[in-house]
Amino acid sequence: MDELIRQLTETYGPSGFEGTIRSVLRDLVAPLADEVRVTPLGSLVAVRRGTGGGRRIMLAAHMDEIGVMVTYVDEKGFLRFTPIGGVSPLTCLGARVRFENGTLGVIGSEKREDPSKVPTFEQLYIDVGATGRDDCPVRVGDAAVFERPFAVQGRRRVAKAMDDRIGCAVLVETLRRLERTPYEVHFVFSVQEETTLSGARTAAYGIEPDMAIAVDVTGTGDTPESRPMAVELGKGPAVKVQDAGMIAHPAVREWLVRAAEAAGVPYQMEVLERGTTDAAAMQLVRAGVPSGCLSIPCRYIHTPSEMVDGEDVEGAVRLLLHALL
Amino acid sequence: MELLKELSEAFGPSGHEKEVRQVLRRALEGYADRVWVDALGNLHALREGTGPNRLRVLLAAHMDEIGLMVVGHDESGGLRVRAIGGIDDRVLPGAQVWVGPDRIPGVIGLKPVHLLEQGEDEKVVKIDQLLVDIGAKGKEEAQKLAPLGTPMVFATRFEEVGTLVKGKSFDDRAGCAVLAELVRGDRLPHDLYAVFTVQEEVGLRGARVAAYANRPDCAFALEGTIADDLPKKKDTSPTSELGKGPAITVMDRTFIAHRGLLRLLVETAEALGIPYQFKQPGIGGTDSGAIHLAREGIPCGTVAVPCRYIHSPVSMLSPTDLENTVRLMRESLARLTPDVLQMT
Repeated sequence: MDELIRQLTETYGPSGFEGTIRSVLRDLVAPLADEVRVTPLGSLVAVRRGTGGGRRIMLAAHMDEIGVMVTYVDEKGFLRFTPIGGVSPLTCLGARVRFENGTLGVIGSEKREDPSKVPTFEQLYIDVGATGRDDCPVRVGDAAVFERPFAVQGRRRVAKAMDDRIGCAVLVETLRRLERTPYEVHFVFSVQEETTLSGARTAAYGIEPDMAIAVDVTGTGDTPESRPMAVELGKGPAVKVQDAGMIAHPAVREWLVRAAEAAGVPYQMEVLERGTTDAAAMQLVRAGVPSGCLSIPCRYIHTPSEMVDGEDVEGAVRLLLHALL
Repeated sequence: MELLKELSEAFGPSGHEKEVRQVLRRALEGYADRVWVDALGNLHALREGTGPNRLRVLLAAHMDEIGLMVVGHDESGGLRVRAIGGIDDRVLPGAQVWVGPDRIPGVIGLKPVHLLEQGEDEKVVKIDQLLVDIGAKGKEEAQKLAPLGTPMVFATRFEEVGTLVKGKSFDDRAGCAVLAELVRGDRLPHDLYAVFTVQEEVGLRGARVAAYANRPDCAFALEGTIADDLPKKKDTSPTSELGKGPAITVMDRTFIAHRGLLRLLVETAEALGIPYQFKQPGIGGTDSGAIHLAREGIPCGTVAVPCRYIHSPVSMLSPTDLENTVRLMRESLARLTPDVLQMT
């Protein structure tokens, strides 16, 4: 799966600018699905029709990633910017960003009176090597993502945008290995999760699923002096009980747990105090959709170096395959 | 400009948009093929298109404006108030208001400069410490003239000022004027569902139900937006600038513009030499934030007339920007085809 993860994490695709990642994913899933379509807002839906009688299941992984957007080009050609999704100014200092047209930018900071304080976005700028407005290769409204190559280190995998290209990879791999299923499974690669959850919400409206599951990353509590959380890297995929935006439907939760046990996949239960996933939006669509979330434990979320464990990823695929039997 | 004047001076804080609705109904008479008002008070006007492959295009401009509401009465006869929508407390002292749709004149007073104690002039007086004075003799008379819940708006007359115009509530009566002009103009290829929405300033409420009801293929919110274009200490974004043409939104706090519609607007402007600018991304929010979430998702764009000093008693805009906004929208809608909406 490493080549798949490399391809997906290294592709450009901040929220609202998912065209490139969508076409990569479309090429991957089109040969494997009975039907592929794109929703009005740009979410990619690959449908696998089951052997009949089964219910309609929506699996959603978001293809957008966090990034930055140019808000102003100053007289000297420096760019001011605003975050797309949850970006911290801390991870911006010294970072490199890449625009859709290939332009590379370096993030710098104004002089700071108190260097011990975290800078504000208003104090930061992007340097694309321009000398003025006229030779600046990007303009207001252009978006960039953090630049960082995929790396394998023992069992761990490190990349930008593991959130949530690792979920996308799990869905693609599940689709690849899925032979027969009684269910009508809609594999959804959603847009704009990092900003407003708009993609999954609207896709769920169109699909009208009987059950919806987000496949996304979650935090861990296994690093030095971390916020306490009973999820660790390498202990298997996590079945979400609740997060800040959703309480998993007990039947969905149990369905995932039973699949893990039947497949012999180690798993952990997850309670996330901050943040949420597409499941929060999907559960509220129309008359309500029983929803849950299968999480890939991930360290350093929303930094350019998000780390997951290869066995957890493999476990998530095996768990889903078993669930869809 | 006659219509903008009438719209600007109309009384219509969120939830009390009746007068604006009446102005617009009259303005659209003879142009709209069908006009109706929905359960929340949105005014809908359908202008049918003439093309062979007609799309359903929702165009939204909000009728409501920020204002104040009576929440109590002082023994002296003064009115205690709270804000309707986003108001900076600093713009209130000294302002004049129209209380209720009958426009009882009111004044937001402050004690004279002669009486200030040391340091008092450096503090912002919070809204809950202010009184609106309607000349009432005591609590009872105040209660009779302006009962609890009476809404009020800033008392600002529309006027031309040099090359600009000033008035209250260009956010979003400017958008209403643009939209009315689009309905009154020549027919376009597509069916225009013009919706003058309610309660935008308090949570995009009208647009949400209007988008659900009309099942549009795509939508545009038409706005009056922030122009922070006076000199600054630092070389940073003016958000938008007066005189530089319509401001196009790429991303704000509530939505990300559909890339096909964005491209359509930019290519149309460039092909015809219509001036345009991008609004500073990441700032503010418009009806598009609610519309794009309706049903299976609706491709949305937002185009705005730059306005100085919005959400204060008086705002200013350039009539040329307003005309260019109408032109950019008309020409873009004329060029709109189904493949613009296609996400590949």
